[in-house]
Amino acid sequence: MDEAMTAETVRITGHGGVEIEAYRARPLTGGPHGGVVVIHHMPGFDSATKEIARRFAAYGFDAVCPNLHYREAPGASPDDASAAVRAAGGVPDERLVGDVAGAAEHLRSLPGANGKVGVIGYCSGGRQAFLAACSLPLDAAVDCYGAFVIGTPPPGMPLKVGPIIGLAPKLSCPLLGLFGADDQYPTPAEAAELGDELTKLGKEHEFHTYEGAGHGFFAVDRPSYRPEAATEGWRLIMDFFGRHLAA
Amino acid sequence: MCTYLTEKIRISGSGKGVAGWFTLTDATVYFDHPQHTVADHTLNIDFLRPAAGPSARVAVELTASSARELAQAILTALDAVPPGVIGPE
Repeated sequence: MDEAMTAETVRITGHGGVEIEAYRARPLTGGPHGGVVVIHHMPGFDSATKEIARRFAAYGFDAVCPNLHYREAPGASPDDASAAVRAAGGVPDERLVGDVAGAAEHLRSLPGANGKVGVIGYCSGGRQAFLAACSLPLDAAVDCYGAFVIGTPPPGMPLKVGPIIGLAPKLSCPLLGLFGADDQYPTPAEAAELGDELTKLGKEHEFHTYEGAGHGFFAVDRPSYRPEAATEGWRLIMDFFGRHLAA
Repeated sequence: MCTYLTEKIRISGSGKGVAGWFTLTDATVYFDHPQHTVADHTLNIDFLRPAAGPSARVAVELTASSARELAQAILTALDAVPPGVIGPE
């Protein structure tokens, strides 16, 4: 693993045929490569998320992170763009699916791509990763503590982030779920309920819940960071994608 | 978690952003992940002028306790204004 890569901002075709910005990281050696769509969290298309894309390239995957906030704020800083999207009601599910589809298509078109594509998201992105995997033909999906996949949202929650467990019969690929035992959104019981539903539907999945960790345990810039859970979680993610995104 | 809950109001006034003073028309208030503060969640306020684009924004992130104290300080300051000083708005 020589971790040689190229990483840059590119344009891809997203939902509705609209060109949007994306961050792409590609290994310079090895191949053919599987691809990973990285869904950024609600705070935006930021440096932390781009670092995640580069991590996948270091491990031998092509990675693309579409800027889900581009339409509302082209050229704006990630935090200004996130604020603008929030004020406009958030990223609609249908548009998210279309942008992930565009990113997947871009990955499959890259020279040296092996045609396999996975998706990963954290927090709001975890729910969106599950949504994408139920809406598109993908080869692997990772849901890191996504809230409101299952369970009733608190009162006042915008309709755009309603539960999507009803889509589970259409899950197109194996799902890795990583959760914190101290998390309230989702709770371990809700994660277990999601797992039970997938088992009932015959959907391949692998869930891990970490003791001593709550929501956001992968976030290195927040008090929620848990190095042991994050280190083990990353090992599982790379192993999972390594198995399911191989040629 | 991402809380998604967002209070939105129309406001009148001015704010000072990176490019200087500008007229404000809207504000959003939400308790969610911060951009700068090292915390899991903060009370975030965006003072905005959407018509001027996403960068027309003055952003603040506060701990929950600081936000409550600020809210109280705002009300206390307004309640202390002598009669007749606050004109028609």
